[in-house]
Amino acid sequence: MRRTTRTLEGKTGETGQLGQMQPGVTLQDRYLVLGVLGTGGMSSVYKGRDLHFPNVTKLVAIKEMINMAADPTMYEMVVRNFEREADLLATLSHPAIPRIYDYFTQDSSSYLIMEFIEGKDLEAMLREREDPQPESQVLSWAIELCDVLTYLHNHQPQPVIFRDMKPSNIMIDHHAHIRLIDFGIARVFQPGQKGTMIGTEGYSPPEQYRGEASPAGDLYALGATLHHLLTRRDPRAEAPFSFADRPIRQINAAVSTELEEVINRALEYDPKDRFASAEAMKNALMTAARQTGLLVSAKTAAVMQPRNEVQELWAFECEDEIRGSPLFHNGAIYVGCYDNNLYALNAKSGEFQWKYATEGGIAGRPAAFDDLVYVGSEDHRLHAVTLSRGKLVWTYYTEGPIRSSLTVWEGHIFFGSDDNHIHVVNVANGRRVWRAEAAAPVRSTPYIVDERVYYGCESGDFYCVDIKGEMKWRFRAKRAVTSSPIMVEGIIYFGSMDWTLYALEAEGGWQLWRFRMGKPTISSPCYAEGRVFIGCADGNIYAVEARNSREVWRFQTEHQVTGSPVVHEDSVYIGSVDGSLYCLDMRSGRKRWQFRTGGPITGTPVIANNILYFGSNDHKMYALLA
Amino acid sequence: MSFWQRIFGKKQHPSPDRVQTAPLDPGVLGKPPAERPSRRVQIGAAQSTGMERNHNEDALFYMTGASDGQERLPDFGLFVVADGMGGHRAGEVASSISVRTVARRLMSDTVLHLFDLEPNTDAPTLQELVQQALEEANATVVDRVPGGGTTLTAAVWLGQQITIGHVGDSRAYVIDRDGPRIITRDHSLVQRLVELEQLTEAEAALHPQRNVLWNAIGQGANLKVDVASHPVPQGGYILLCSDGLWGTVPDADIQRLVLSAPDPQSACDQLVQAANAAGGPDNITVILVYFPTE
Repeated sequence: MRRTTRTLEGKTGETGQLGQMQPGVTLQDRYLVLGVLGTGGMSSVYKGRDLHFPNVTKLVAIKEMINMAADPTMYEMVVRNFEREADLLATLSHPAIPRIYDYFTQDSSSYLIMEFIEGKDLEAMLREREDPQPESQVLSWAIELCDVLTYLHNHQPQPVIFRDMKPSNIMIDHHAHIRLIDFGIARVFQPGQKGTMIGTEGYSPPEQYRGEASPAGDLYALGATLHHLLTRRDPRAEAPFSFADRPIRQINAAVSTELEEVINRALEYDPKDRFASAEAMKNALMTAARQTGLLVSAKTAAVMQPRNEVQELWAFECEDEIRGSPLFHNGAIYVGCYDNNLYALNAKSGEFQWKYATEGGIAGRPAAFDDLVYVGSEDHRLHAVTLSRGKLVWTYYTEGPIRSSLTVWEGHIFFGSDDNHIHVVNVANGRRVWRAEAAAPVRSTPYIVDERVYYGCESGDFYCVDIKGEMKWRFRAKRAVTSSPIMVEGIIYFGSMDWTLYALEAEGGWQLWRFRMGKPTISSPCYAEGRVFIGCADGNIYAVEARNSREVWRFQTEHQVTGSPVVHEDSVYIGSVDGSLYCLDMRSGRKRWQFRTGGPITGTPVIANNILYFGSNDHKMYALLA
Repeated sequence: MSFWQRIFGKKQHPSPDRVQTAPLDPGVLGKPPAERPSRRVQIGAAQSTGMERNHNEDALFYMTGASDGQERLPDFGLFVVADGMGGHRAGEVASSISVRTVARRLMSDTVLHLFDLEPNTDAPTLQELVQQALEEANATVVDRVPGGGTTLTAAVWLGQQITIGHVGDSRAYVIDRDGPRIITRDHSLVQRLVELEQLTEAEAALHPQRNVLWNAIGQGANLKVDVASHPVPQGGYILLCSDGLWGTVPDADIQRLVLSAPDPQSACDQLVQAANAAGGPDNITVILVYFPTE
């Protein structure tokens, strides 16, 4: 109301909000308001001109305190805060901090006259750019910001805590240097009433909510600001303090691990885990800049010699590629090979025990029950041979090559064939109990639970049949389901050649979620600690939350991943077509070690007694300590 | 053992000093106990304005379905709880139109499709549909109720899985003999600080900003919907409630009341009574679903 008289007629309405000074207003007969620069919760900032310099245009920033507090105590507090900001600024002298020229009260409002900074704040720059700021640029700003924080934190007689580091409070001036603006006034919350905090909290450190303000808090906010600049993920739009859920390099792979580590440390929840001072953070940034060649381009490129970090316990060479997966049973390893043989090896020593020749390549995993071992072959047959000597007991014919692995359940063997059926045969005599039709070859391994059988086929159809072979439901993926399903807590998981990992409700087959990958997959998922792990032809191994498909991590190998992962203790083991068997930390996806073989690894490893067994297309079967 | 058997068991063994010799009224005798307990899901719901507020900003919706026959559909259900906020009645409008929007959307996108004869595998996944339903509620509130907001917890039950979409600080619990487990996370500032071990549960319960949410329906474009599927607790309960219950009645008491009540409806009534007995500072809403063992 006190401003109604000041409004100029005929002016454009861009600054015409109630309560704001209109262009043309003069304060103290000296400062002419030219326009609004910004409005915060308790103050407005205007662009102004100092009329004491009539011959040149000397621009100033005019900050006006808006005191909406109805309560007299609150009103007083706001006034005192504003005065404190004025007093503080008057004592500071640093190239990154705007100079203060004047402070006065007029018509019961208070005003600060400050240096006008030509330039743009980082928030505006974030808005204007589509892609993240380049690392070198962010690094040089970060180093300057550490400099000014070092100055503030070492201020005498008392350290100054900035408290409000965020992109909108950082200006880049015309000389490309950073300037801090808006020396923050403590925020006031309204306790009691339910409300939201949208758009205010993104950069603040957690300890602020215990009422603590410390230099370490400024470092956190700086880390948050740098994270935003490099990832373009606005922290105000995310859960508070959730930077760790958005690793910088996962969003922007161009950022160096060195810089990412510095920012991660600044973003530690516990102030004690952050840098001890802004100076320490600056040093770390400088080191990162040197290491990544951004400061000095003399990079010491140490060529890493490929080397196996784990030693094999034994290796056994067959006559052709091992594409399938081994079986561990009673101290022996059984594995099929493309030399048509099923091999039996001593699991401890790798010593050859016997081999049994089929008439086709063996792609699947054998199965054992009582004193027989069973294997399917591309010769269309399921073979049952004795465990001890590999002597044939019976064979069962299908009308196509057998590439599915075998599942033994309640005295029956379940498996798929390229003759478009799944077959169920009696373990003892090899007689068919039933077979169920599929739309295309069945190479996925049947999964049996609660008297229901789940399997996919090469047309993309996925079936649930009961234990008599009667169909309960069918689901259709867009391309082949070669991947073998698993079921955990009532959800079926499997991958498809349509680039997707599916999660279906087991009783009715409804899609709960699907997770899209970068290429097709034939890898079969495995489950541990609420997560599903799967490989993909895009070269990645993925870890995904089982309940909601959120990606937890991915690990990139150098070629397709067609084999399937296994989990043992807290590690994921998986082979890649790049020839390596990887051991990854189950929780973070970090590589523990890698074992190189001479050919692609396409099968699934098996672990028994802490020993990892797997075959490679280099014709060898390997045993390593897991 | 059904609750009928438990009740009749008590009648057969009255305490000695209160023995009644008079013949029992035929009305008290009732019908003979059922042969076996019901295989069907049982549901209860209750709501109260509380003792301190003068209007109700909470809203709820529920339905269940079951069928039988050779090609029977798996059982299904839809449960929604919302707790509105904002002055000038904006809170109650926001919560009720959100519940309606979500219920309508989930009904047409999930429930009605159960009756399709051929499955449509091109359809979005259930979790995507739940997410979209909450996003639509958000857009509707932003559009129609400026200044209003609401929490929203919606559960779609299909067969063996319950898929929950969640925003804000209403809660879903699994309650069984193993104790109560919260399966949603509160989108409140203090809960976030507890997750980061910056506050203890006790500090959080007294924190001046404990009512501050960082995520709510009606707060613009930055909505974060938590969606997750959980197996139905066989022989256990799913409880959906607003903070008028969980902020007032300790989890252990909720657990005890639920497990000792003869049926879900009386459990809900007792939960609301307990919250009001403890002062009833806020609106109270509960939906309780019992899932029988297979």
